[in-house]
Amino acid sequence: MFELLGVAPQVLFGQLLLGLINGSFYALLSLGLAVIFGMLNVINFAHGAQYMLGAFAAWMLMQWAGVNYWLALFLAPTVVGLVGVVLEKTLLSRLYKLDHLYGLLLTFGLALMLEGGFRHQFGVSGMPYPIPDALKGGQNLGFMFMPNYRGWVVVASLTVCLGTWYAIERTQLGAYLRAATENPVLVQAFGINVPIMITATYGFGVALAGLAGVLAAPIYQVNPLMGSNLIIIVFAVVVIGGMGSILGAIVTGLGLGLLEGLTKVFYPEASNIVIFVVMAIVLLIKPAGLFGRER
Amino acid sequence: MRTLLLTGAAFAALVSGSASAQVSDNVIKIGVLNDRSGIYADIAGEGSAVAARMAVEEFGGKVAGATVEVITGDHQNKADIAANLARQWIDTDKVDVIADVPNSAAALAVQGITKDKKRIFLMSGPGSTDLTGKSCSPTGFHWTYDNHAMAAGTGRALVEQGKKSWYFITADYAFGHSLEAETTAMVKQLNGTVKGAVRHPLGTADFSSYLLQAQGSGAQVIGLANAGGDTTNAVKQAAEFGITQGGQDLAGLLLFINDVHALGLSTAQGLLLTTGFYWDMNDETRAWAKKFEEKVGRKPSMIQAGVYSSVRHYLQAVQAAGTDDAEKVAAKMRATPVNDMLMKNGKIAENGRVFHDMYLAQVKKPAESKGAWDYYKIVSTMPAAQAFLDPKNSGCPLVKLAQN
Repeated sequence: MFELLGVAPQVLFGQLLLGLINGSFYALLSLGLAVIFGMLNVINFAHGAQYMLGAFAAWMLMQWAGVNYWLALFLAPTVVGLVGVVLEKTLLSRLYKLDHLYGLLLTFGLALMLEGGFRHQFGVSGMPYPIPDALKGGQNLGFMFMPNYRGWVVVASLTVCLGTWYAIERTQLGAYLRAATENPVLVQAFGINVPIMITATYGFGVALAGLAGVLAAPIYQVNPLMGSNLIIIVFAVVVIGGMGSILGAIVTGLGLGLLEGLTKVFYPEASNIVIFVVMAIVLLIKPAGLFGRER
Repeated sequence: MRTLLLTGAAFAALVSGSASAQVSDNVIKIGVLNDRSGIYADIAGEGSAVAARMAVEEFGGKVAGATVEVITGDHQNKADIAANLARQWIDTDKVDVIADVPNSAAALAVQGITKDKKRIFLMSGPGSTDLTGKSCSPTGFHWTYDNHAMAAGTGRALVEQGKKSWYFITADYAFGHSLEAETTAMVKQLNGTVKGAVRHPLGTADFSSYLLQAQGSGAQVIGLANAGGDTTNAVKQAAEFGITQGGQDLAGLLLFINDVHALGLSTAQGLLLTTGFYWDMNDETRAWAKKFEEKVGRKPSMIQAGVYSSVRHYLQAVQAAGTDDAEKVAAKMRATPVNDMLMKNGKIAENGRVFHDMYLAQVKKPAESKGAWDYYKIVSTMPAAQAFLDPKNSGCPLVKLAQN
């Protein structure tokens, strides 16, 4: 059969599929960030640390309470979301009147503290978290061996992403939320409890990060550094997609996963910078991002 | 006027004469420089500092009439930060010897500085053979392991088992390249073939793409020329992708006990590895490792054991020489064999390579292990001459000089 630039089609399809899998994971992670920035105008630098918290919560639940993966999928994001709610109520809510940068500094400092604390307690080598029995093994697709767990990650990520997009863009609750962020005073005058909506939204965004953490625990080592490696990529995804756009984050996450997958075939040494090259180009041509609206 | 000049000259002679027979500033400062917060923090990190302090304690904290101090620094796996810290330590902070420095790129940078400024460099952490090859230094000592030993141990063992075709997944920096090159040379020397290699950035989380390429190559062995978090992620994901079920073997070319601990025996069982130290080899190692574990909370890696051994030998040499002048101490270090819980009759060659036995080990099955950290069974001992490159072939300019 034909060969593209010296790469057999089998290898290419396999890599594209892997790229899509990674992309759906990026989409899920950047979704939380996009929700928080789009709705609250808060640059949540603690997102990577909250993702790490989700993975650790799942590990702790398994280690100390014998809770299995499926329960942890619901429990861990809830726990992390609650932590986010507490954070918002006590610290973040004081910064809304100020410049964006204060939110960024606060969440950045929190991220450093969380990671430092976990690193001190657990070391950097990571803890093992097994793949749940029901998802072990894989399917031989002919052009590659596809682990069942990775297939589950794609399904779960895309479901949650599309569900969130639908809830925000198409339901009444989502409409209230979008209105509340555009004009909080007016919306509050209508009798809608804006502060609670904001807190709940932040908690939801953080819970999304925690969910990504639980999904990641069986494939990456659960270690305190896992968030800091990913947070920069996730930010790049959100910036390219458009800082306020939910759909932008989802589409860009998938697209960039694919692009990274292709780079790993043709020039793997550049695979962790290709996303930033794209970000630089997009910012030069369309600063608001691909799906973003000029504010 | 003449009397003043004469007294001045006499005084100067007196001062300079006594200074070289004494310890500079009356303190022997040991700087333990490594990665304290990133992927190599567990295998070196604070544990290396503890190991250095354990060696200092054995001398009662004083050597040749001077107190011994241990300070630490974090190079964050960046060669430029390592170089700046080394320079600052030597110029401003009066550090006399630098120890550890895992991450070969950082070590090569620091070696350049210690060579220029004539300070001793005790390398326990890095792997690149260039440190005793083309970048060798008269005051540099490569202590615990190097990439050639890894290739000679794990590489040779696998090829002799019949696994002749290899594919490499390599960390894209000095260490990875060197380890891949050494193992390639060893495989080809034993009539094996290398089907290809893929280079990944340091600190990669997702290896699925690289593992897929390795799977596609059809090689019998997938050699992981990386370390720390990269290796554990790769091994974990290899299990996910059914690599071993598909008939391919994984070779962790640089594996530490901390990695096995992080993976768990059910994932890591059967992996072959080469090590310079294992805590459960004899009573001496067990006793030392017990003391280490009480302070650090985990058993020592070979890098941390190497920091202890190198600092101890250095302090012995300072004691014998009566000074901390780098060239005099280096000569004393080379003249004395190294004898401690890590090695017996270790010899230091002209290029700074410490020759000692290495061990081929295999990770136990879960049923074979009696508890936490009981992970290795020692398969065989590799004599020093087989493990390390003959200094004449190392490419080190100092060795050629010795021959002239």
